[in-house]
Amino acid sequence: MRKTPEFNASSMADIAFLLLIFFLVTTTMDVTTGINRKLPPPPDPTVEPPDIKDRNIMKILVSRSDRIMVNGKPGDLKFLKQDVKEFMTPHFPDDANYPETKEIEVDLLGVVHKSKGIISLKNDRGTSYDMYIQVQDKLAVAFTELRNEFAQQRFGKEYKNLSDDQKQAINKAIPIPVSEAEPENVGGK
Amino acid sequence: MSRFRKDGDKETPAVSTASLPDIIFMLLFFFMVTTVMRETELLVKINPTSAKEVQKLERKDLVSFIYIGEPVKSKLGTNTRIQLNDAFATVNDIPEFIVQEREARDEADKKLLTTSLKVDKGTKMGIVSDIKQELRKAGAFKINYSVTEARDD
Repeated sequence: MRKTPEFNASSMADIAFLLLIFFLVTTTMDVTTGINRKLPPPPDPTVEPPDIKDRNIMKILVSRSDRIMVNGKPGDLKFLKQDVKEFMTPHFPDDANYPETKEIEVDLLGVVHKSKGIISLKNDRGTSYDMYIQVQDKLAVAFTELRNEFAQQRFGKEYKNLSDDQKQAINKAIPIPVSEAEPENVGGK
Repeated sequence: MSRFRKDGDKETPAVSTASLPDIIFMLLFFFMVTTVMRETELLVKINPTSAKEVQKLERKDLVSFIYIGEPVKSKLGTNTRIQLNDAFATVNDIPEFIVQEREARDEADKKLLTTSLKVDKGTKMGIVSDIKQELRKAGAFKINYSVTEARDD
């Protein structure tokens, strides 16, 4: 029997190389990670802003020289997370140094004390974007940790391992009340 | 010694390269799958900042990008500029850009449209705030600050 001649596959590698190099060159490993936020709708001039008690609000101001003021006192990025966590932890019985709490009923959790605290974030037009993101990130980390701790306590699991219902319950008990103030030109241009 | 030679005048067989294409194909497929063709050419320098609490951007087809940074070409100066699609733009162009982006999507997806802000580290917040105000007015509430993931320290 005559053997069928084998076709020469050595050029296959070259062809594949060519394609490979093409894709290598065109590849851009794009950044696909980011911080998701939801902007508030434009303010309604007919609605008066709600009156919030001073103790319920934590004012974070980022100055144009990238320095932080927390409630009028100079703060530090390093301690911001701890400050926010302390501020947002519901204190019961009532403690005048911390925000008020509200009893709410949540599915799966029953009655929980929810902090009425609000974090107001304000930045200057001259604040650097990097600093702004760092502050946003610190806030996000603080809330993630709070939720994690609460989830551990109630369900014995980390927040990300909870079921959707459980996550929703935790979200209700610990919302993320960060409000960004209307930008203001604090330090001139 | 001569005993081995006796068997015949065999040459050392060449290393088989038959599997080489397979290996290359494997690499090729890897790059084909991971490749994202850059649809716009960047006109501004963007050195992204990093953060710990980041999320993956899902549904990339539903994301419109706004680039903010210094122009790549130094003769255009060092003032922070906004890039929409392929051209420089101003803050006033943003509402129209959002409308266009919405028009290009299916009716059902319009609500899911996210605006991703790719902003250079050193940018001042003023311009970013202006853009955010415009986005609010245009009703594009879902935004994403594009940052890389920071390693734990």
